Amino acid sequence: MSTVKRLWSLGTGRFGILIVVLLIAVALVSLFWTPFDPGAVDVRARWADPSWPHVLGTDDTGRDIASLLMAGTRTTIVVAVGAGLVASVLGIALAALGSLTTRWIRESVAVLVDILIAFPVLIIAMMISAVWGGSLAVVVWAVGIGFGVNIARVTRPELRRVLHSDFVLAGRASGLTPWQNLTRHLLPNVAPVFIVQLSWGMAVAVLAEAGLSYLGFGAPITQPSWGVLLSDLQAYIAVHPLTVVWPGLAITLTVLGLNLLGDALREAADPTLAERTPAARTHVPGVVA
Amino acid sequence: MIRYALTRLGLLVLGLVVASALIFVSLRVLPGDIAQLVGGTQASPDQVEALRERLGLTAPLWQQYVDWIGGLLRGDLGSSLLTGTPVASELVAKAQVTVPLAVMSLTVALVVGIPFGVLSALGRHRAGGTALSVGAQALAAVPVVWAGMMLVVVFAVWLGWLPPQGFPRAGWSDPAAAFRALILPALTIGVVEGAMLLRFVRSATLQAIGQDYVRTAAAKGLTRTRALVRHGLPNVGLSIITVLGLQVAGIIVGAVVIEQLFTLPGVGRMLVADVAARDLPKVQGELLALTGFVLVVGFVVDLLHRVIDPRQREAS
Repeated sequence: MSTVKRLWSLGTGRFGILIVVLLIAVALVSLFWTPFDPGAVDVRARWADPSWPHVLGTDDTGRDIASLLMAGTRTTIVVAVGAGLVASVLGIALAALGSLTTRWIRESVAVLVDILIAFPVLIIAMMISAVWGGSLAVVVWAVGIGFGVNIARVTRPELRRVLHSDFVLAGRASGLTPWQNLTRHLLPNVAPVFIVQLSWGMAVAVLAEAGLSYLGFGAPITQPSWGVLLSDLQAYIAVHPLTVVWPGLAITLTVLGLNLLGDALREAADPTLAERTPAARTHVPGVVA
Repeated sequence: MIRYALTRLGLLVLGLVVASALIFVSLRVLPGDIAQLVGGTQASPDQVEALRERLGLTAPLWQQYVDWIGGLLRGDLGSSLLTGTPVASELVAKAQVTVPLAVMSLTVALVVGIPFGVLSALGRHRAGGTALSVGAQALAAVPVVWAGMMLVVVFAVWLGWLPPQGFPRAGWSDPAAAFRALILPALTIGVVEGAMLLRFVRSATLQAIGQDYVRTAAAKGLTRTRALVRHGLPNVGLSIITVLGLQVAGIIVGAVVIEQLFTLPGVGRMLVADVAARDLPKVQGELLALTGFVLVVGFVVDLLHRVIDPRQREAS
């Protein structure tokens, strides 16, 4: 509880929490209600300016942009959570393999992680979609794999450090089973690093959804998605530049919220963390579009 | 130093082997019948069989891999399934757009990131420094495609200074037009990458400001700024080298998307088209070329860091 309080007391943390809560709220509301049916074509209302009842205007077929954006949050959340899950499982597995096993396996995993880190998320996505075709699953897997490796790289040294710490040794000496030691001492100490990475990873997922959907390897064009909307409206930017602003703003605010939430989590969960590893060094955002 | 270089070279070779194996396996093994996939659902069994023969899929998997690697060592990256043109020659042709674009983007990123990063650290207690830091944080969250669209709206549509998209047919034989065509794309990638670099430079500079030797220099009578410039910034420069590899990877990925947005005939746009067309042999060669490039850049950056930083040299 105190962590959440400290998070809220930080300006960045508050912004991050508000963005995430807003995103989830909009997604939930969009399940039951949107101002218009997001798929409804209305040729008479095409290219309406932002005004009542079309608050953010309409697109080339008269679909309500505000409704499309609301429905698109669901896609964004599915991708972010899905990629987060894949990245967590892969990252923890690799980190555990790289620190809890015999020396030979440990070193091999470390080298493998160092090599895999060179694969940008977009390249992984291309590899998958060349064979399976584009879909949201491609985005989830590509970001999950790409960021899972990143989580492993950051979490592994942390896990090793804690593993060799006095309190874990003391726990072992005082008769804790390995499982008790893991849940009581190891995980709580590694969790901050991990959660921070997860928050940043989800930001990467949101960016990747936009970039890959734009390239045609992400969400199918029939599904409401911010990336698809962006590529739909791109053809008309010379005539209707304002329409493109909205999906871009939605993506930027979401990514900014998740990035700041990660920064704040770092600060709130473990103040010494920032000194050991400066934010910019563990943050690998340059690997997606 | 030589020992380190050799170890690092070994790691590079290992990296290339692992990367090639991963690309090979993920493109061949996962989907089941690759020939059926390429031929499409309408292909007759005979056609699929012929395609399988042509792609060399009848040989055992390890032999296909060895053949591919053997070809690579002779400079043969494979050839397109659809047109039959060698991948290597097409890559060279397309690189004439992508390499200048990458160099220009990196220049923009460095020009944006380094000076403003130092400034935002120096002015961290003032409005200007905070504004820079907040701006960089926000810019780093912007999708590259959208940044490109906004720049097109302002500089091509409203102001009409630069072409909104396209590359001159004459290519670099019309250098002025070719350069003009690359300005907006390079600005797009460079500003977004530069914002990320800015954040890194800022945190490195802040760390340098807190160092004992900078404080000592200031205590000896240098002004704070001069102490930082003389003693702190060389260390900041060193740490920038380490993120340069990441920046290059980011720029390449950015180029894939941005070449699509600006319809530039570069490597990235070719890759996107080939993935969409499922020209798997070509995709395989292109992906290896790109990841190989990223791995080699990482290798060069690590060596450079070793050579420049005396502490690193002594450590080995």
